[in-house]
Amino acid sequence: MKHIKTINGKTLNRDVKKAGCGECQTSCQSACKTSCTVANQKCEKK
Amino acid sequence: MIHAYRMHGTNLVLDVSSGAVHVFDDAAFRVLECFGQDGRLDEKKFSKLKEEMPEREIREALDEIRSLISEGLLFSEDPYEEFLPQWTRNTVVKALCLHIAHDCNLRCRYCFAGAGEYLGERSLMSLEVGKKAIDFLIENSGNRRNLEVDFFGGEPLMNFDVVKGIVGYARSREQDSGKRFRFTITTNILLLNKDKRDFINEHMDNVVLSIDGRREVNDAMRQRLDGTGCYDRILPLAKAMVEERGHQNYYVRGTFTRDNLDFGEDVLHLADLGFEQISVEPVVASAESGLDIREEDIPRACAEYERLAKIYAERRADGRWFNFFHFMLDLEGGPCIAKRLRGCGSGTEYLAVTPEGDLYPCHQFAGQPEFLLGSVFTGFSGNPVREEFYCSNVYEKPECRECWAKYYCSGGCAANAWKFNQDIKKTYRIGCELEKKRIECALWIKAQESR
Ligand code: SF4
Ligand code: SF4
Repeated sequence: MKHIKTINGKTLNRDVKKAGCGECQTSCQSACKTSCTVANQKCEKK
Repeated sequence: MIHAYRMHGTNLVLDVSSGAVHVFDDAAFRVLECFGQDGRLDEKKFSKLKEEMPEREIREALDEIRSLISEGLLFSEDPYEEFLPQWTRNTVVKALCLHIAHDCNLRCRYCFAGAGEYLGERSLMSLEVGKKAIDFLIENSGNRRNLEVDFFGGEPLMNFDVVKGIVGYARSREQDSGKRFRFTITTNILLLNKDKRDFINEHMDNVVLSIDGRREVNDAMRQRLDGTGCYDRILPLAKAMVEERGHQNYYVRGTFTRDNLDFGEDVLHLADLGFEQISVEPVVASAESGLDIREEDIPRACAEYERLAKIYAERRADGRWFNFFHFMLDLEGGPCIAKRLRGCGSGTEYLAVTPEGDLYPCHQFAGQPEFLLGSVFTGFSGNPVREEFYCSNVYEKPECRECWAKYYCSGGCAANAWKFNQDIKKTYRIGCELEKKRIECALWIKAQESR
């Protein structure tokens, strides 16, 4: 494409059926904690 | 839904539901502006644009936009809501925050825990309570294998023998229970001597070291009982800790207030000191403290994030690499959508345990009677408030449902929502504005790094 560059494709809806195994870490998002946005967490399956 | 914005001369477009991210040139961006959130072209705007832009350019851009739409990369539908029941069905407890000490050897001016005491008395957790907490976690974690225990305070190093005892006990139960424990500790660093560092390095998966940044900023907030600052004492200890851990699995974390809205300088200061994993976050404090971030501070704070993002991208490219926690975004990987919809899991997957063994939805709720959920000795008490936490997800919160950032933010912090709006489903607006700006910056950084 000439006008648009896609830097990331469909990634959120890829594994809907397999989602939710729950082995991943919890993630507090507040200022006092090991806090982080959820989006940078790892998936335990990968 | 899409989110289109311009930052430092780059036009970015996020397709919310698919997670696709695009960089548009100015022509395509203008054509996109003629579309509504429903993905339909607004004919009025479009005919106006035709008077202002060469027709060929418009046609090219329009073709490209349409092809993204047909591939499900723009204005895509949200397919997730129907899956929610399936994802919430098997919720079990998988993480505990142990309040090892409701006491602290600092008096940080913004501390939400009131000098470590929360709403109760000064107290230390006993080993007996700690062991019970481990048993409770094992019993309430169903089939989950990975369990997390965070040693928190007040200041956990003030009761370190109990920390050691709990780690030893949990390890001794790993085999019979089939569980694996991951430990983390959050400390103000003051008592972090060699013995403790060695123990932490051997046993803890992550360590969070609190330091706010520049000496004057840190010392204006993080003070000893006699009012003196702690920077000179903690810096060498923090450096030693990180060095001895091989610069892995740690964070230095600070808090910024309305007194240092130039907090980017604190982030860079920490980076200049050699720390590579840095987190500096907005304070959550009441108006009486005088430190809280206010509506009128939002533009300044947002501009500071943008400024920092630019310097950050430059430094990462020129060999002075570091991670700023709130700009980290794993676009290709990252957590599954089920997690993105539900966030921190407070009150359901994640609970806090006070020194007495009482259970609360998370550390920030500790000591608030209406949120007492039970005890590690007697289990859940059946407090109906827990149901509200079960139902907490981005579709249940009106602001989040309509928000473009929902799959990255995951609905924000229930404790802040409660603190500011007395409703865990009503988001804390100032927090939202800053969170959205951080995500915009993170996407912009990705765009720079993908060049
Ligand atoms: S409610 Fe807020 S403070 Fe509590 S765990 Fe969740 S994000 Fe953290
Ligand atoms: S930024 Fe605010 S409205 Fe948006 S998802 Fe997060 S908490 Fe909800």
